[in-house]
Formats: sequence, structure tokens, C-alpha cells
Amino acid sequence: MKNIIIIGATSAMAEEVAKLYAAEKANLYLIARNTTRLESIINDLTVRGANTVHTSAFDANQFDSHEVLIEQAFETLGYVDVVLIAHGSLPNQELCQNDTTQAIEELNTNGISVISLLTHTANKMELQKKGNITVITSVAGDRGRQSNYVYGAAKGMVSTFLQGLAQRLNKSGVHVLDIKPGFVDTPMTAEFNKGALWAKPDKVAQIIKKRISKKSSFSYTPAFWFIIMTVIKFIPKFVFTRLKL
Amino acid sequence: MKKMTSWGKYPHIDANISAPLSSHMLANEKRNIIARGLGRSYGDSALSENIIISNRLNHFISFDENTGQLHCEAGVSLHDILMNFVPKGWFLYVTPGTKFVTVGGAIASDVHGKNHHIDGCFSDHVTSLTICIQGEEISCSREENSDLFHATCGGMGLTGIITKATFKLRPITSSYINQKVIKAKNLDTVLELFEQYRDATYSVAWIDCLSTGSNLGRSLLMLGEHACKGELTTHKSGVLNMPCDMPSFLLNKYTIQAFNSAYYNKQVKEELNNTIHYDSFFYPLDGISNWNRMYGKNGFTQYQFVIPKEAGKEGLKEILEAIAESKQGSFLAVLKVFGKGNINYLSFPLEGYTLALDFKLNNKLFALLDRLDLIVRKYKGRIYLSKDVRMSEEMFKASYPHWKKFQVLRKKYGADERYLSLQSKRIGL
Repeated sequence: MKNIIIIGATSAMAEEVAKLYAAEKANLYLIARNTTRLESIINDLTVRGANTVHTSAFDANQFDSHEVLIEQAFETLGYVDVVLIAHGSLPNQELCQNDTTQAIEELNTNGISVISLLTHTANKMELQKKGNITVITSVAGDRGRQSNYVYGAAKGMVSTFLQGLAQRLNKSGVHVLDIKPGFVDTPMTAEFNKGALWAKPDKVAQIIKKRISKKSSFSYTPAFWFIIMTVIKFIPKFVFTRLKL
Repeated sequence: MKKMTSWGKYPHIDANISAPLSSHMLANEKRNIIARGLGRSYGDSALSENIIISNRLNHFISFDENTGQLHCEAGVSLHDILMNFVPKGWFLYVTPGTKFVTVGGAIASDVHGKNHHIDGCFSDHVTSLTICIQGEEISCSREENSDLFHATCGGMGLTGIITKATFKLRPITSSYINQKVIKAKNLDTVLELFEQYRDATYSVAWIDCLSTGSNLGRSLLMLGEHACKGELTTHKSGVLNMPCDMPSFLLNKYTIQAFNSAYYNKQVKEELNNTIHYDSFFYPLDGISNWNRMYGKNGFTQYQFVIPKEAGKEGLKEILEAIAESKQGSFLAVLKVFGKGNINYLSFPLEGYTLALDFKLNNKLFALLDRLDLIVRKYKGRIYLSKDVRMSEEMFKASYPHWKKFQVLRKKYGADERYLSLQSKRIGL
């Protein structure tokens, strides 16, 4: 029976991952901002077979609450197999350009808060000498684009942090996985017209779970984003700056 | 604004979309709202100016292992139910030919399956449901607010937004079906066989609607019973995908005739008995994602009608002859004998014969379907709203006698000005 902590548990992708572990009778510890929605998720995961479902409310940007939050989750579950960090927001780029408070808040939500949670989690996992830490970042972190570089900067910061963390925790046998999804059909993107590049959250969740169990370190989800992002990263700067991406 | 269409890929409209995360967040201030699940209705019944997509109202609420009662939100799909409950020994009482519909959609269309003659419609196994009308959640059942219950089951989403439902699952000991396939050389034979096997739990016939003369209505009758032995394994996700629209000229009377002949003659034996997984028995087309693209970019429609048993043979013959003559054959023509209808205001099934035919859309098609309407009406039959995209108001009102009662109820609950689809406007609801 696996013990799983999910932070940002009401996000579409995180919820789908939770369902997969629930079907395997896992013990789940869900952390999210919106507690009313957590209630319906508890019932759902219980019907799906979860052994126990614990929940805890949090505000990502209350950094000083993180230590206790992680402490409690580890204490409740005893041993932890997987910590999945999935919370985030999709900033309005234009708003961020004209309002530094807004930009800083978005950087905090998508970047600094994740790093704070990761720091506490990593130290716990290092003591366990086993387990997995998975973070959902984004392909947007690979190269800054005018349409969403505040979001991209936050995600890119987390990805770079995770590269170092993976090296550090490798010695202790802890697996660190950075998941970079492309376009995912979630409530955040309900209004977009969806083409062939879009993936469903349940599909993304299956990929995440598989990579965790295989200790894979491959980030792009689905895998074809590796090709797209390789092309995007190799566009010479003098061409890239003229693009409308 | 987002471009929207349904399974038949006609019509395409621009709509405002919202996908509420919980029933507390349902948009209520707007008019011209329609709920939408997985978009598997063929025509325009899930299209409107404002569309509320239920795909995030997809939580199970509780399950009673003693009674098999499942309580869940309306956006849960039948696929999700099967994935979770088949391994525990439960199946759906009634399932349509695709598992990619939501519980809310199954109730609003009051879907039927291959066991209608025994088990009735989906709603016949629903014990209660919750519906949101103008922001207020109202629960209803056969005992409580029964008028709302009978209007909502089969009500095409026109009484409000279905948010939750409780219904019974069927206990099974195997996920396999014992299947019997019998060749029938014409319509008379297949109707006799339906009669002879009326106790079979599942029965349906694939019918070659391009054959004529003494071969008119040649078919393959498929019967099924839940196997007792076997594993409780779930279905796998489909591996095949139709990546883009197929050029529509590839589907013409010659290719369809060739396909129908091949399909009928593929089985050499008069009778075949085998055991197959529920996925192949109930959902053969789910194996190909986006199979609707086969009909090309102009889309297609399904014409499904029912005519009462008394009218039976003559009515079916007249319709089959009209279709064969038009040469507008369809790949998928399915014949089924319905049992008694229920008392829901707008449920489609009534005791008799139902035939479902897929047609590629073209400029000659609607004239043919109008002609078929006249025959269906003559025999006191009707057309399935969930498949329809072109029926006239006159035809609808003549063939669904409870439409007035339905309108009175919508007015009573204040649903008539708020919940509307392109279809409801077309047929005068």
C-alpha cells in the first residue's frame, strides 16, 4: 500500500493522479487551497478504493506555514512513497507587465512557493533514503516567450532547482522527477479551441504515474513535446526575438 | 467564444463555454443554456448559445456494496464507472453503444441498450437525481417531485442542469459475454428470430439496408448473456484513431454495398457461438477514436425511428424499400425490438421495432429523411431526439404526445426560458 502526498490536489492533473493511486488502495494526503472541493474529492477517492484520505488546507504564498504542513503530512503517513507538487496559476501576462505586485505574486505562487515546499520535502525524503518527489512544471519554462514569460520564468526556476536537487538526492536513493506538460485540457484552458497537440489530464496522469514507478527522469509530457521544445530551443536568438510566439 | 459541434459534426456554432468545478458554480444568470457531457449526441441537442460542460462534475459520491446503488455527479462517464466497478463485480444495467457518455447525458437522453425488451431504459434504474434550476438544486425521484423526475429523464436537458444521480449497478461474475450470432436471410426471418429469442438478455441485429427483393432486410442477429465464468477485467483504451476527416467520396453506394456484402458473408456458418469481452460486444466502435471522421468533413446524421409492433413488418418494409431505392445506404444499420415504453414525458422507446441508420450528409439526404418521416408518422412512430438534427416541429409534436405536459412543467419550474438548445427551438420547445 503506497503513501502519497499531493499538494495542489484539486488541480485537474493532480486529481487524476490521485484517482490512479486510489484504485491501488493507497493512503492519500491531499493539500489544497479550496477545501469545499476537497470534500467531493475525498468521497470520490474513497469510492475508487483509497485506503485513507487525509486533507489539509494551505495557502501556497504563506511560506512560513510550509514547514509544519510538510511535517504533519509525513507524520500522519509515517513513510511517504511519493510527494507530488502540482499547484499553480496561469497568470495574465499583460497584467503582470503593468503591475509589479501582480508579477511578484505570480512568481511566488508558481516559483518561490514550490521551492519552499521542495526544500522541506527534500530534507524529509533525504532522511527516509527512499521515495519520489514529482513536480509539475511546464514546457513554458524552457524558453521565455512574450506571451507568458512571467509564468515561464517561475516554471524555469523550479526546473533548474529540480536539476540540482535530483543530483543531490540521488545519493540518498530519492527519485526526483520534473514533469513538463505541454497543452493540457483543464478548466484553466476551457475557452481555448483545442487541436491535436492537446492532451487530456487523465492521459497525463497515466504518464506521470508510469514515470514515477519506472524511476524515469524524462520530463516532456506527452513525449512528443521533446521534439517541439528541442526545435524551439534551437531557433537562433536573432530569429526568435522577431517571432510572435 | 469557442467553435462547437456534436458527434455528427453538423452544425458548427460559436458558443460561450463554461466548465464549472462544482455544482455551486453553475452559471445561472444567463439564458439559452444547455448542459453538455461528452458531446455524443449526434445533432444539435447539446448546442446552444451558452454551453455548460459537465466534465469536471465527475466525482463518485458513495457506493453501497449491498444494494449496488451508486451515487455520483452527473459528469461521471460510463467509461469511468466500468473502469472502477467491473473489477469489483459490477456492470451497468443499461448501456448505449458507446461508453463515452456521461450519467447526466444518459439520463437526459434516457438511453436504451440491447436489453431494452427486458430491462427498459437507463432511467428505469435511476432511483433519484438532483437538478439545478436557476441556481437552486432540487432533488427528485418517483416519489418526490415526480413530475420533474419524469420530465427530466428523457428531457434532453431542457428542465435544468442534472448535477447528481443515484442508480443501480448490476452484479456480474465475469466481464465476458456469451454471444450467439445468427444469419437471417431477410426481414421476415430476422423478426421471427427476435420473437423466438425474446428471452435473451441482449439482442440486436445489424441489417444490410441496400439489399432488395427477397433479400430485403438480410441481417445478422446478435444475442448475448453475461458469462458466469471468466475474469473481471476492464476494457483497454482504443489503439486505433481516425486522425483526420476521410475524403467523403470514399463512402458511396458501391463501397457501402461492398462492405455490407462482405460483412454479411464474413460469417459462413448459419450460427456462431463464442465468448467475447463486454467491450467488443457492447462498444465495437469505441475501439476507433473519432470514428465519426469516417463520414468526411461535411458530417453525418443518424436517423433512428421506432414504430409500434402492430405496424411492424409493413412499416419496416416500406421504409427499407424507400432507403434501398434512394441508394443512400448506411454502414451502420441496426434493428432492435423494444419492450414496453416508460412514462417519462419525452422518452423515445415504445413497444415495437426501432431501426437506426447512419447517413453521410449531402444535399439529397434531408429530402429522403422527410419522406421517411411521413412513413414513420403514418405508422404512429417517432424519431429519437438524441440523434436528430432536422426534424420539423410538426413531426415532433405529432409524435411525442406528452410535449404539452412537458412545457407546462418547464414553465412551472421556470426552466422554459432558460434552458434551450438549437434542437428545442427548432421543434418548438
